[in-house]
Amino acid sequence: MSGWAIAVRDLTKRFGEFTAVEGVSFSVAHGEVFGLLGPNGAGKSTTIRMLCGILAPTEGAGEVAGHDIAREPAAVRSHIGYMSQRFSLYPDLTVSENLEFYGGVYGLDAERVRGRKRWALEMAGLEEQEGQLTESLSAGWRQRLALGCALLHEPEVVFLDEPTAGADPMSRRRFWEVIYGLREAGVTTLVTTHYMDEAERCDRLAFIYAGRLIALDRPEALKDSKQAGALVEVDCDAPAAAVESLQGEDWVEHARLHGGGVHVVVKGAEGAQARVEDALRAARVEARRVEPVRPSLEDVFDSLIREAEAPAAVGAS
Amino acid sequence: MPEMYGDPAIEARGLRKLFDGVAAVDGLDLAVLAGEVFGLVGPDGAGKTTTMRMLCGALPATDGAARVAGFDVVVRPEEVKRRIGYVPQRFSLYPELTVDENLLFQARVHGVVGKTFEDRREQLLSLSRLGRFRKRLTQDLSGGMRQKLALICALIHQPEILLMDEPTTGIDPVSRGEFWELLLGLAAEGITIMAATAYMDEVERCRRVGLLYRGRLLIVGTPREVRREARLTLLQVTCSPLRAGQRTMQGLAGVRWAEVFGDRVHAAVERVEIEDGIRRALEEAGVEVTAIRPIEAGIEDAFFELVRRRSEELG
Repeated sequence: MSGWAIAVRDLTKRFGEFTAVEGVSFSVAHGEVFGLLGPNGAGKSTTIRMLCGILAPTEGAGEVAGHDIAREPAAVRSHIGYMSQRFSLYPDLTVSENLEFYGGVYGLDAERVRGRKRWALEMAGLEEQEGQLTESLSAGWRQRLALGCALLHEPEVVFLDEPTAGADPMSRRRFWEVIYGLREAGVTTLVTTHYMDEAERCDRLAFIYAGRLIALDRPEALKDSKQAGALVEVDCDAPAAAVESLQGEDWVEHARLHGGGVHVVVKGAEGAQARVEDALRAARVEARRVEPVRPSLEDVFDSLIREAEAPAAVGAS
Repeated sequence: MPEMYGDPAIEARGLRKLFDGVAAVDGLDLAVLAGEVFGLVGPDGAGKTTTMRMLCGALPATDGAARVAGFDVVVRPEEVKRRIGYVPQRFSLYPELTVDENLLFQARVHGVVGKTFEDRREQLLSLSRLGRFRKRLTQDLSGGMRQKLALICALIHQPEILLMDEPTTGIDPVSRGEFWELLLGLAAEGITIMAATAYMDEVERCRRVGLLYRGRLLIVGTPREVRREARLTLLQVTCSPLRAGQRTMQGLAGVRWAEVFGDRVHAAVERVEIEDGIRRALEEAGVEVTAIRPIEAGIEDAFFELVRRRSEELG
């Protein structure tokens, strides 16, 4: 048995001619909150379905909660929890009835269902909504109830596929408090999200693009890596003109409108600010402020994708 | 050539909407300048959708007035509708029609015909890079492409103003980035854009943002101004165990809130000088402190703080 909660090597899934996931390898430690990010269609859901023992990999191997995902998919399924934004809570059942229903699905005895139901209600902050119909709950509450259902059988590893989609920022913060509570109890979480502020809350992030893993690190380390080039912010009255003059420069990775100003990514970090200032002066674009800023995670992923899409010739030159 | 922001394109004075006696929007004052990209944020139920619907003339206000593109939305709704494009929260498209057919349908609704329509259609398809997919059924498009189609459908009659209600919800960050690139390009050509959003990276791309809470704007300003106004000092505390550290800090005077963030705790404090006090309290509680350093608060932290402050005032 490996020391990891999740470990996969060269995981590949083909559907006919189409390769959805290609040679993906990573390991997740016990108690880690691990984020899986990437555009829609990049292979996130296919990866999760293989890790959950729902879909057999074409190639490669993996272990989840100590069980082989290809040889022991049933054992994997009984040791994990799974929640997706398409999670099927029954809207016409009460909060309590939904929990009892899932207790039955997981084969828990009556006493254990009672105990776990109390736990789930408290965790989700739904004690006072116990008798309420699920359809009358707000998105944030429904999501915490769905999480409670996915955790009834006390899984060691939990997969959350866009668990907070469509919820407001307050509810999303609350959801993450619950995730950290699980982490404290030693539960391992693999989560996908389109919210970058949530990605920042993960211990580590894996970024998948076109079926391949193109980055894996702590959020802070990803932002510090110079891979992304240097990001410079320009505050000026003529942002469109600034973008136009900068886009033509061969040392500019890209320039785009950002708020009332411009964000420029400069290849190579050296003297980025001065180069931007000079270029704007030459183009007679007056700038109030030109200063280097720390890239956001979104900037980092944007650069990684551009790099992944760039023709091979660029790398060879 | 300097780009200037013009007169107000969208103006609301004391706008109010009651549903069964409950105020969804409660005395809203707002001015969005021509050519501006304005973001509207706020928790669920704050009144974002109600505001948007009143501004585009789809919902009558209980009280107050709104002028859009220079016309009163109640007195001259037809003039307003001619000049605005509206992208609602849920899809406004027909899933069983192709891209081309959805565009044609919207054009007919707005009376855009003949060569004007054909030219406009080609221009919009090329702008959105949806040309390759023009014969595809809308239901077979990805979420990101569908939203681009909803956007260009709203642009078919060349509106001056775009009103959008969380147009990118559920769309991945890369597609959202492309969508916003498109929006900012439109703004650079002089179109005024007002968009409700729940994504903080989108907020950062707006020129100004307004935070709506319980039917009122708590603050309006550039993202930078909003962060400044929140007067929020965040301390990043690396300690172990984390949750014990969080709980200890939550109980300290001068700490507004503390939350676990990755492998650290973020504590919102009134003054940075409290650092020594925090360190002592943590050590007394048996929590091991590795580092405490001030960090820049994000725009979401600022909104969170402003909403907290307001809800404390309201009790």
